[in-house]
Amino acid sequence: MFRLKRQFVVAAGVAGVAAFAPFVLGGYDLNLLARFLALSLLALGIVLTWGHGGILSLGQGVFFGLGGYALAMHMKLTPLAPGEVPDFMMLGGLEALPAWWVPFGNPGFALLAVVLVPGIVAALFAWSVFGRRVGGTYFALITQALALAFATLLVSAQETTGGFNGLTDFQVVLGLDLNGAEAGRTLYWVTLLVLALGWAGVAALLASRFGTMLRAVRDGENRVRFLGHDAAAYKIIAFAVAAMLAGAAGALFTLHAGVISPAMVGVVPSIEMVIWVAIGGRTSLAGAIAGTLAVNFARDAISSAFPDLRPYALGLLFILVVTLLPGGLAELLAARFRKVAR
Amino acid sequence: MSPLPDRLLEVDGVTVDYDGFKALDGFSLTLDAGEIRVVIGPNGAGKSTLCDTIIGRVRPSAGRVLFRGQDISKLPEHRIAGLGICRKFQAPGVLASLSVADNLGIAAAIDKRWWRSFGFGTPPAEAERIAVILERIGLAGRRDVLAGTLAHGEKQWLEIGMVVATEAELLLLDEPTAGMGPAETTRTAELIRSLAGDHSIIVIDHDMAFVEQLAARVTVMHQGQFLMQGSIAEVRADARVAEVYLGRAK
Repeated sequence: MFRLKRQFVVAAGVAGVAAFAPFVLGGYDLNLLARFLALSLLALGIVLTWGHGGILSLGQGVFFGLGGYALAMHMKLTPLAPGEVPDFMMLGGLEALPAWWVPFGNPGFALLAVVLVPGIVAALFAWSVFGRRVGGTYFALITQALALAFATLLVSAQETTGGFNGLTDFQVVLGLDLNGAEAGRTLYWVTLLVLALGWAGVAALLASRFGTMLRAVRDGENRVRFLGHDAAAYKIIAFAVAAMLAGAAGALFTLHAGVISPAMVGVVPSIEMVIWVAIGGRTSLAGAIAGTLAVNFARDAISSAFPDLRPYALGLLFILVVTLLPGGLAELLAARFRKVAR
Repeated sequence: MSPLPDRLLEVDGVTVDYDGFKALDGFSLTLDAGEIRVVIGPNGAGKSTLCDTIIGRVRPSAGRVLFRGQDISKLPEHRIAGLGICRKFQAPGVLASLSVADNLGIAAAIDKRWWRSFGFGTPPAEAERIAVILERIGLAGRRDVLAGTLAHGEKQWLEIGMVVATEAELLLLDEPTAGMGPAETTRTAELIRSLAGDHSIIVIDHDMAFVEQLAARVTVMHQGQFLMQGSIAEVRADARVAEVYLGRAK
């Protein structure tokens, strides 16, 4: 089933090998890999909620965006002298910083906000929805509406969010010069470390009694409730943890991409996130990471060769996997291993 | 008559109204501690609704449900379960992707508050309880098998085991022998009889051979109402019961 020690060994081994990437890959490829590793962190959360909790969220982009914007706001504020406002606000005619921006000038607050804002928003959202026994398809639709609303809100509040263009043009993060020669490597290693820790953490959660309870709720929520457990609590926690992972992923991705914008947090990216995990294998952490990397590298290659084909290729791949290989790539590998063992 | 000290459950004039259709219509029933009671009645008599009402899945529009003298008809389901009432559903409801032992473990968990789930392994007291129940339901050799792969009869026993593992005082068993052959049915009856004394049990079934093997008092329901109560022999001899059953297409 879910052997924790093996998970730790695999996670440490993969991270150890991947740590050498900066000595092998060029700057562009390293940046791509770093971005996709950041996205993999979000994929771990989808394994937790969807794979083991049966909760399909089509709105993970929202939490990704909350984390990304929290760090981006901090980075926009860092180079400013007292009394100044970020460039896009000046263009929008704002002369003073809005009150809700002010605390993000503090690095500690901003870093906490990267995980806590998505976590708290997700917990409150899940509590209000699961508390009313809304689940399944309805939940997926509500989260999709949430993603649409969030992206629309960001675009419409142009003076304070940067609108359609989002936030970009960052110089410094926590004392690290983003234009310096070492920035790419350092940020890559930070991302890899956070991903490895996230992998180990989610693996531990899935192997604990909490993981068993979560799978029990997936298999028979009513059953679990009538046995005397508060089933909604497990779903809310899983959803909040996934949102925190998504927030951290958003912040790391923003660092590598140099931009966060509504286009990265809306309905379409939120659906794509689910596809990475479906293709990798929704109950497997290693599978979800592999799926995220494979789909995104393929997407990058297809996009540069045939820009118009990308959505069709992704859609086709998704349909093939869901119909022919419901367990994703992980299932394929597991079957191969079983064959070898026999 | 003053309420007896060992009266466990009192369903008092309960009405459940589904948009004008009265699934239960002023129905009353009392159950003493340690008693087995069989509830029978033709399809649509309201037997499953009775269970649903006791466990809080359905709310009565009139009447009360008292458990050890406390009105439970407005409590949330998991609170009712926490007081010591547990139900086995009609449709097999084992947790398919969990092992047999984990299924029992979830039922046997002593502290069911969610924050207690952040830990590994099964607490020793629960492991002991699980081992005893595995023995009792005859699945000791199948503890690590995924519940979804069990045979039909084994699933039913596992479910009874889960209900027992909660150490609930009151067990509600909804058609525990559905889909079983005669040999399995006999084993199930033995299992249920062995539970009396430790638990009070309400069994819903319409397999008369099974009901006879339980040798318990029988309450007959009809159209949401109480029809009669007595031993299986008395029920068989009753003209109204015959009419209710024969009046329906059979």
